Amino acid sequence: MSETWKALKPYALITPQTLVFLMFLVFPILMIGVVSFWEFNGYSMTPAFTFDNYRGILTDVTLKTYLNTFKFLGLTWLATLLIGYPVAYFLAFHVPKLEWQILLFLVCTIPFWTSNIIRMISWVPLLGREGLVNQGLMSIGLIQEPLQFLLFSDFAVVLGMVHLYIIFMIAPIFNSLMRIERSLITAAEDLGASGFQVFKEVILPLSAPGIAIGSIFIVTLIMGEFVTVRLMGGGQSASVGKLIQTQIGSLQYPLAAANAMVLLAVTMLIIISILRVLDIRKEL
Amino acid sequence: MQKRSLSFYLLLAFFCLFVLFLYGPMITIFMLSLQGPDGGLTFPMRGLSLYWLGQVFQEQRVGNFIEPFVRSLLLGVAVMAITIAASVLASMGFRQRFKGSTVIFYLTIASLIVPSILVSLGIGVVFQVMGWPTNWFTSGLGAHLTWTLPIAFLIMLGIFNRFNPSYEEAARDLGATDSKTFWEIVMPLIAPSLLGVGLLTFTLSYDEFTRTSLVSGQSNTLPLEIFGMTTNVTSPALYALGTLTTVFSASLILIAFFAYNAIAQRQRGKA
Repeated sequence: MSETWKALKPYALITPQTLVFLMFLVFPILMIGVVSFWEFNGYSMTPAFTFDNYRGILTDVTLKTYLNTFKFLGLTWLATLLIGYPVAYFLAFHVPKLEWQILLFLVCTIPFWTSNIIRMISWVPLLGREGLVNQGLMSIGLIQEPLQFLLFSDFAVVLGMVHLYIIFMIAPIFNSLMRIERSLITAAEDLGASGFQVFKEVILPLSAPGIAIGSIFIVTLIMGEFVTVRLMGGGQSASVGKLIQTQIGSLQYPLAAANAMVLLAVTMLIIISILRVLDIRKEL
Repeated sequence: MQKRSLSFYLLLAFFCLFVLFLYGPMITIFMLSLQGPDGGLTFPMRGLSLYWLGQVFQEQRVGNFIEPFVRSLLLGVAVMAITIAASVLASMGFRQRFKGSTVIFYLTIASLIVPSILVSLGIGVVFQVMGWPTNWFTSGLGAHLTWTLPIAFLIMLGIFNRFNPSYEEAARDLGATDSKTFWEIVMPLIAPSLLGVGLLTFTLSYDEFTRTSLVSGQSNTLPLEIFGMTTNVTSPALYALGTLTTVFSASLILIAFFAYNAIAQRQRGKA
């Protein structure tokens, strides 16, 4: 009796959580897959098996939207990596005490627990036509007219995304840097490696899994992103997420579902290629 | 040694600029929300007062914040309760090896990394097909759980990894039942962590936007209400609301951190 209970106990314990995921993650995504083959007559959807929705999204507009999304993804990824790595490196190797490392890391983290919407709105007084940046540049005579591209542009979208999501790059890199055995660095130095060689031969390869995990987060966050594109892009900027959201707004569920399935496939492809390059299993 | 200190100062400067980049925009809206009654959306500040912060609590032309705030509060508490209960149970289950644990683990990871819009769309489609009306406390609740539960679960896994099982074994050897062991041994030991996880979960839910956006139904949660305001509010009341809700989330995080530290230290002192 108690043996059976012992074998069954873990299953009983994981049941509530697994039920939540089945109800609100697995089943919904399966339903998206099903509905993406349904018919849509302009008002309502009916069960069917048609490829019309997929054919409907094979257009130049969709392709352009994807290319634009990739552009946002590429720029945001590059910026989060180039800014995030030095920040994580500084925290891991140049801050002497563990308490200080945790405290400074916390300082970096706090904004990410607050509202994304507010964090984006707060760029308006800085970047707007009469914003601080334009005011400052004009008062020192660098520009005569306010710069238009600062807000409601692709630039603003990327800036907003970097601001919102960079912690997802910093945290995994910081984590993998903290795990590097300090004696390895001492050993490399003793063998005559220069500061740059230590970084290139020891630190960078050992932190690669952190970069991979961070990149996966950035990919999944950006690929379906529509809030930043909507708030910071000001109408002209397009992204797959925004496209889907617009289609849902006009109740074209089957079309949105087909789009979402393509989006899911593309996202998974990118993640799989990241995993092929770097094995992250030992990090988990 | 000299060379090393140069790179230290360069990186320190870079880090400070980064912190400024993180906090700078927020500070500007804090300042602008403290303007006088005829303040605008940009600098320079016109006057200094608490007028706009007070305005948040008045009846607004563009909507009312009290009701969405109460909804977000209730939803946050419900999400927190469910998340804590489910993630503690699941992470306890993971302390023992069992068949299928890898699948469950990757299911959790999937919940974290599937693009949010798919979760929102999926739940929306299910409710549409079933003919159920979407609502913040049904479909919205589910959408929030797909976000908070994996995060809480991963944190709980980490906590139990560092948990010393000999206390439980001792209790069991003395004849305590499973539930007695849990409530009298495990629970007091993980309580400070649960407090932290709970507050984190609450703020995640309180500020969640993307996953809720398509499934909140007729009544908005606070982030959705604020998103709606961005297009038609042209007074610093928007900034004032942003200031208040940010201060609210940030203080919960700080309380979580310091309470966790204090309790953990007291426990270490006892042990």
